[in-house]
Amino acid sequence: MSSRSPSRVESSILQQRDPAWAREYEAILKAYEQAGGRPDILRTPRVASAVISGNQVLAVNAIDGVEIEAEEQENGVRARIVVAPGTKLEHPVHLCFGMIPSEGLQEIVSEFEIGEGAEVGFLAHCTFPNALDLKHVMDARIHVGPGATMRYSEAHYHGAEGGIEVLPTTHAQIDEGGRLESDFSLVHGRVGRLDIQTEVDVAARGTVELVAKAYGSADDEIHVSEVVRLNGEGARGLTKTRAAVRDRATSQIYTTAEGNAPGSVGHMDCTEVVRGEAMARNVPIVVVRDDRARVTHEAAIGSVSQKELETLMARGLDEEDAVDIIIRGMLA
Amino acid sequence: MDDSVLLRVEDVWLRRPGAEVLRGVDLTVRRGEVHALLGLNGSGKTSLALTLMGAGGYIPEKGRIIFDGRDITQLSVTERARLGLTLAWQQPARFEGLPTADYLALGMSNPSRERVEEALTAVALSPLVYMSRTVNSALSGGERKRIELAAVYAMQPRLAILDEPDSGVDVLCINDVIGLIRRMADEGTSVLLITHRDEMAEAAGVASLICGGAVVNTGTPAEVRKYFAQRCRPHGDLLGSQPWGAEAGGTYERVVSEGGVR
Repeated sequence: MSSRSPSRVESSILQQRDPAWAREYEAILKAYEQAGGRPDILRTPRVASAVISGNQVLAVNAIDGVEIEAEEQENGVRARIVVAPGTKLEHPVHLCFGMIPSEGLQEIVSEFEIGEGAEVGFLAHCTFPNALDLKHVMDARIHVGPGATMRYSEAHYHGAEGGIEVLPTTHAQIDEGGRLESDFSLVHGRVGRLDIQTEVDVAARGTVELVAKAYGSADDEIHVSEVVRLNGEGARGLTKTRAAVRDRATSQIYTTAEGNAPGSVGHMDCTEVVRGEAMARNVPIVVVRDDRARVTHEAAIGSVSQKELETLMARGLDEEDAVDIIIRGMLA
Repeated sequence: MDDSVLLRVEDVWLRRPGAEVLRGVDLTVRRGEVHALLGLNGSGKTSLALTLMGAGGYIPEKGRIIFDGRDITQLSVTERARLGLTLAWQQPARFEGLPTADYLALGMSNPSRERVEEALTAVALSPLVYMSRTVNSALSGGERKRIELAAVYAMQPRLAILDEPDSGVDVLCINDVIGLIRRMADEGTSVLLITHRDEMAEAAGVASLICGGAVVNTGTPAEVRKYFAQRCRPHGDLLGSQPWGAEAGGTYERVVSEGGVR
């Protein structure tokens, strides 16, 4: 394990006793819990974790096989996580990103290197409970080595005001036989403006699954752009997008799947629910460069099913509650 | 009004696009009664069930529905449910991401794990296996049907309309359905049991027969079963699903005139 973060808390007893650090740490953990995280996990020594608030690295816990470097920058943090070849983690690596102030900028530049044959999960919670004029930018580069598996789950909580822009960009390379499963969720509180940009290149027999879920209201804007290039023989890719918008919110989902090699199989699956004056758009693009590849897509945009609605109403729920249960189920 | 009456359907007419599917339905269900409604496919059974529940597109053009002395003809589905009326759909909806236990608890006035477990057990499903399973398309038709019946049972409604509870791909055996209906009745729920299988009427104390969008016969289950088996089934076998009248090109008259039906 190595770390060159000047803010590595486990190595700095003095810092842990600093009242300012303690206040910030407790505040971000409280927000982390609001976003669905479990603060006790972050204090468990055998679980790898990192806690980042604004541009401060409040805590890092690296374990055998998982190296975490985190360095503070002017407006955020640069992090590098390396999982050694063959490492198989019993517990996912827990990551907490967020900002307590209502205004500001947080830029997270991250690099994930998953060694050959490793199997690792990441559970990230991003929390901005007081956001009024905030921007959160993430730029991630992911390399999944041969035969390795990476599962990355990210849940967001943005508070009730919607004054936030969240701009995650990801470039991933999956080597032969590797697997990447990514699950992004923003279904509690307001969205603000969300713009997800993801590009994945998949080598032979590699697999990628990208799942994105968001629930927009008021004047929230949801924009998802995903490109999956199935470059190797037998590569597989799935994009699954679930979005619900109400009031005047908008949801625009653009997905591209390229079947560039023999036996590559891609599928894009998009469901969007629209209520009130909201607007939803789905644009799937299919590109096939090999006649033995197969790429498909399915999309459904509309209101909730009348039969589902009436079934729940027949149990005594009013229409608004029934709609909410149906949408939250779809986004679960 | 007779205090023993829970539901009274008075001369209900319903038009759906292209057809008059209910033509003056009169029906009475008394408190504590299990009432079987028999009828061939297309006779108007499901249309009547959806009309009683107040589903969209099923508001009568004429007639009244009286529930516990109150005219509910114009009430919403929610309002009817809150008065104690519910429906187990013939082909229940699927819900992505909604666990079975939560689905069952939705309709319960005092949700409890015990009641959810009891309801699943009542439809021969293991609570251990099914409580966390999602009510989605991964369930078989039979599993979904059982969960729908369990949800209605868990709710303890005053009147449960069960639309073809025995139909489905992986069907509950008739004895299971009959057992569930008896449990509902024991808890004080009246049941309107809609079916095209006359043997199901055994679970009832009273039976009615619907044909061509109107109730044409009410009596003991034995009487109505006999009438249904002897007079209706042969028509169904020969003519297929209703309607058979002018709206279907006079199928009935044509076949009768050719001597095919007596």
